[in-house]
Amino acid sequence: MIKNFLWLFFGCGLFIVLSPIVPEMINPYFFTILIYAGINITLAVSLNLINGITGQFSMGHAGFMAVGGYVSAFLTTTYGGSLQLPFLSIEIQEFLFFSFSLFVGGLSSAFLGYLVGLPSLRLRGDYLAIVTLGFGEIIRVVILNIEAVGGARGLPGIPKWTNFGWVFTIAFVCILVFQRILQSPHGRALLAIREDEIAAEAMGVNTTRYKVTAFMLGAFFAGVAGGLFGHFLTYLNPQTFDFNRSFEIIIMVVLGGMGSTTGAVVAALFLTGLRELLRPLQEITRLDFRMVIYSLMLIFIMLTKPNGFFGSKEITDFGPFRRFKKNPLNLAGEK
Amino acid sequence: MAEFFQHIINGLGVGAIYALIALGYTMVFGILQLINFAHGDVYMLGAFAGFYVSHYFGLAKNPGLFSLLVALACSMAACGAIGYCIERFAYRRLRKQPRVNVLITAVGVSLFLEFGGQLLFGADPKFFPTLYESGEPLVFAGIQINRLQLLVFVVSMLLMFGLRYIIFYTKKGKAMRAVSFNHDLSALMGIPVDQIISLTFVLGSALAGAAGILVGLTYPKIDPLMGVMFGLKAFVAAVVGGIGNVTGALIGALLMGVAEALVVAYWSSTYRDALAFGILIVILLFKPTGLLGRAAAEKV
Amino acid sequence: MNKKILLLLLITTALTFCTKKQETTTQTSTASADEILIGEVGSLTGGEATFGTSTRDGIDLAFKKINAQGGVKGKKLKVLILDDQGKPEEAAIAVTKLITQDRVIAILGEVASSRSLAMAPIAQANKIPMVTPSSTNPKVTQVGDYIFRVCFIDPFQGSVMAQFAANTLKVKKVAILRDIKNDYSVGLANFFTETFKKLGGQIVGDQSYSAGDVDFKSQLTSLKTKNPEALFVPGYYTEVGLIARQAREMGVKVSLLGGDGWDSEKLTQIGGAALNGSFFSNHYTPDDQSPQIQKFIEEFKADFKAVPDSLAAMGYDAAMVLADAMRRAPSLSPQDIRQALANTKNYSGVTGVITINKNRDAVKSAVVLEVKDGKFIFKEKLNPS
Repeated sequence: MIKNFLWLFFGCGLFIVLSPIVPEMINPYFFTILIYAGINITLAVSLNLINGITGQFSMGHAGFMAVGGYVSAFLTTTYGGSLQLPFLSIEIQEFLFFSFSLFVGGLSSAFLGYLVGLPSLRLRGDYLAIVTLGFGEIIRVVILNIEAVGGARGLPGIPKWTNFGWVFTIAFVCILVFQRILQSPHGRALLAIREDEIAAEAMGVNTTRYKVTAFMLGAFFAGVAGGLFGHFLTYLNPQTFDFNRSFEIIIMVVLGGMGSTTGAVVAALFLTGLRELLRPLQEITRLDFRMVIYSLMLIFIMLTKPNGFFGSKEITDFGPFRRFKKNPLNLAGEK
Repeated sequence: MAEFFQHIINGLGVGAIYALIALGYTMVFGILQLINFAHGDVYMLGAFAGFYVSHYFGLAKNPGLFSLLVALACSMAACGAIGYCIERFAYRRLRKQPRVNVLITAVGVSLFLEFGGQLLFGADPKFFPTLYESGEPLVFAGIQINRLQLLVFVVSMLLMFGLRYIIFYTKKGKAMRAVSFNHDLSALMGIPVDQIISLTFVLGSALAGAAGILVGLTYPKIDPLMGVMFGLKAFVAAVVGGIGNVTGALIGALLMGVAEALVVAYWSSTYRDALAFGILIVILLFKPTGLLGRAAAEKV
Repeated sequence: MNKKILLLLLITTALTFCTKKQETTTQTSTASADEILIGEVGSLTGGEATFGTSTRDGIDLAFKKINAQGGVKGKKLKVLILDDQGKPEEAAIAVTKLITQDRVIAILGEVASSRSLAMAPIAQANKIPMVTPSSTNPKVTQVGDYIFRVCFIDPFQGSVMAQFAANTLKVKKVAILRDIKNDYSVGLANFFTETFKKLGGQIVGDQSYSAGDVDFKSQLTSLKTKNPEALFVPGYYTEVGLIARQAREMGVKVSLLGGDGWDSEKLTQIGGAALNGSFFSNHYTPDDQSPQIQKFIEEFKADFKAVPDSLAAMGYDAAMVLADAMRRAPSLSPQDIRQALANTKNYSGVTGVITINKNRDAVKSAVVLEVKDGKFIFKEKLNPS
């Protein structure tokens, strides 16, 4: 227990301390990329819980991101101006308010995750995929019609409160939370559902409850990531959250290996970087190769190495890191 | 009242086109238990094939039935070939693998076709040439039926009956039905399973190609992303009718077309796309086998 | 094999992120000593690609001309253009890169208001002047004092068509078909409604569609029953062409009215004869016989083999106004350029006389064009009141 908190404080502390230093050390353009990479890490890891670990193929992750982003942005744009606590400095007020709005954004997404997760009880892989895709689209269309958040015009004027500390602390927390879950009985249940749902049910695992919980958790972090995104771009537009966005996240998870958190992290970093690396190619040829390259990569991976780069291994499975591995799954009872 | 029937007629027109695409989905699902995500994009390629063929052969200068048939033939051939390639190179190797993998590959192929199309054809929409002059609409009882709409409907029906004939009255069709029942048993019976699967893809894709031409005629704007929504809606139609069931696909598609027309007319056009997904969710929750499908017990 | 790939991935990732911050030089530093770098963001690919490519051509022509005349303050102008694929967040990334990495001293862009809105806060925060050639949503210049536009704004454009409908076409009942996914369309429809009602007209029906739709028969069928005398369709050319065709197929024979989103050669390619007798408001018309405009058209045709549409003309004017401001400014610092832009008065451009008002919008006249046999014919000019 103490160890958990130690990890938490150490990690978060590191990022918070680095936060003011990093923007001074790197070029602002690369800083932007870094922020997006961090947000993508949270997105990929959260999707990994649903797709990789629980085996529920969800294609509507952008919808969760959208809801979290819009809810938190709505809160900050509407009420941000009326911060009124006189006994706290502006920074602390902003900090508290931002945490609050991100949290509420995450909760709304989690609630939506609950709604989306429910029909998933009855549906098999392919159907679930299409239905989640549908939900993602429905969410987008609904947002498009809500005038209060600008509808088609988008929501401008969001305060730029996201910074390095925020993004990476949240990514870190997300990874930590999911690692802990994975190594707990809860995580075993999720893995069991992925491997063979009927057998798991037969063994007494309440698959309904676990599947819905997976959706809710994944959605929560996607929502928070959406909030971070909105407070960095300072402008939200429903078009940003279409199924291409969902596919981009899916590609990260697949590339990294469905079920591997490390894989998701590395793939998120790699793909965010790749995106920008390809920009000069785009400038020269005036053509956008990125999506074509992504899709070819996807097909190639599926044909040759369907488990992605990491398969279901984590970084703790490799040589020097092995000592960090906790609770290894003792398949045959060996130590 | 006339307005209501007008909406129905409009809906049937769109529904006929959905049906052509839905048939491809349903056949592939029946035989491989795979949702071929890329099918909608094959339809898009058909439209573009028609576009380039028309310009190459100067068909736009001689509008009429003959030009239309030429375009249809070329597009169907091209799409059949593309369908064959997709199956052969992307899906065949994955037949023994978990469904999720094939699904992801299908998504990958779909994206590849869409964005590759954007690279190849340019992302801006193109104008599909008029291969058939529409002329004055036919009017009865206050309802207008465009000649073009009628032609599209008739062509769709002809193609569909052609497919039905192949599936139910020929030997190859019988083989297709056998393979969709059980691969291994069919192989034991001497049916060349790979060949039959390829045939299924070719037929389905050819129909999608035809749909592409018909859509190009009706809504002359074509762009590389046009297959996404249309494909998804056709898929929903196939599910509504009972996926795996050919007649079901037709009925489901016509129903979808009409439902869409009515929703846009009496509620709001923004929810038109959402409607398709709404119907999907409702059907999957309450009658997952669709209207004409059989319930299949899942063996453990 | 796994480990090697892993190593490769990690190295690639690390390389992408590790750069030292470049020495902060003042923003007047240039790529080479005799060049001035201007950034441009446009939708060169994507659904409305012609908007971006036309604007780019206009800007290229303007800068080519200026450089041929010796440039600004003895230096040549160089434009760095990035494609945003029609997506707001790509526009934001593009403008960030241009400002922070390429160190441009001014930004030209974007055409669509939704993308300008994503870019403006970044330009404002970095205090780099941004001139949008064609974004008409009022909110764009409200972002801050470094954001300018050389076109009229939607409240004016909406009222122009309303006045045209009421006073010239003399219609009293108009139905609206707006693109609900497009802020431009929604805004324009609202402003039209406001003015038209004030002039005593009646909006008999209001339907919507989404950009990307191809089937409008349902909406048209509903609107037809209300017997409008004209149909206001303030969308982009991609859908308007189809709408016109389907309207005629359904027996809706009244004129269609629209805004500058119609302006593209593709409009009549898609819409064909269905658009004959329809009208739309625009920034300029190539039919205007003034020598300045005719000369511009000649030069444009020589370079690009096509008659410039209003987006090219606006791009040209935006670039010219920027260069003019840079000439008037005491130095090439962004602050001075900004001040000079704000002081722009009576600049004679090809799209009209441009004066930048205190909201950093341009006060200009609009023209109404009639569509006939694939051509846009000048009908009438409306001046700001």
